[in-house]
Amino acid sequence: MPKATTAGPLSTPAVSPRLLWTALAVVGLMLLITYLVAFDQGAVSRSGMYLHELMHDGRHLLGVPCH
Amino acid sequence: MPLSAGSKAPATFGALLLRGLLAGLIAGLLAGTFAFFFGEPKVDAAISIEEAASAAQAAAEPQTSAAEEEPLVSRDGQKGGLFLATGLYGIALGGILATAYTLLRRRLRTPSDTRAALGLAGAALLGVVLVPYVKYPPNPPAVGDPDTINQRTISYLAILVIGLVAVWAAVVAQRTQPTEWRRAAAAVVGFLVVVVVGYALLPNINEVPATFPPDLLWSFRLASLGTQTVMWTVLGIGFAALVSTGSREPAREAVPA
Repeated sequence: MPKATTAGPLSTPAVSPRLLWTALAVVGLMLLITYLVAFDQGAVSRSGMYLHELMHDGRHLLGVPCH
Repeated sequence: MPLSAGSKAPATFGALLLRGLLAGLIAGLLAGTFAFFFGEPKVDAAISIEEAASAAQAAAEPQTSAAEEEPLVSRDGQKGGLFLATGLYGIALGGILATAYTLLRRRLRTPSDTRAALGLAGAALLGVVLVPYVKYPPNPPAVGDPDTINQRTISYLAILVIGLVAVWAAVVAQRTQPTEWRRAAAAVVGFLVVVVVGYALLPNINEVPATFPPDLLWSFRLASLGTQTVMWTVLGIGFAALVSTGSREPAREAVPA
């Protein structure tokens, strides 16, 4: 089956090893952000429980288990 | 669909990522707005139950220190922090969506960038919201035993992975079938097999106290589902819009103003 690809200027670049590494780094950074919002209890943010408490309501309403 | 000879170079990862982050910020702020109006009243109600319970406990056991500690962040601060939480979460989800789009676009068998973007966001809504939601519905404050938080967090992460595997299984299964109705059936079967096995393997968790008002639990969970649905719906449509607007720009420029 031929692959359907688009010709639009925003169709995606070919997946090269370099792109894969960049993508991996980006996803890692994004997961770090979600970790800070959803799971951190001060260990990574170095803010004690301040950020944890600040984002408390969001965590509950985003469906993440919390205390 | 034939590639036209005059097509431009594909968008860079950076251009797509920027669109994902922007769509994510918008989605996060709108999800926060929804949560502020529909979720916060339920959180307030649950917290007052939590405080009443701890006050009653303190009264029953006077030897334990009844002195209320000053909270690290006030309730008003937490309501502002809600937007920080959903905004950051949205940005991160947008970045992940844009990366997935970049890596998977050529494997998605549709000529439409819009459909590809919407399809990925829809798959995420199913895999990381709806599948986890049924097994581990979100709980308001005053529900949940602090001693089991690690186990609950691990189970939650496991169900996120299972949800994504289930969506992937649906796609793989439907591609093995020759006709349209058989593809639809195979997708459902592939999805359900993974979800049912995952649900069966993971532990059941029910820590809702018998005294917690059921209608408050129900409306909190509905508000949480609404928040997450707003997040992924706006993210999907926003990212699709930014991707397809970008690709139509040259055509518009070609039309004399």
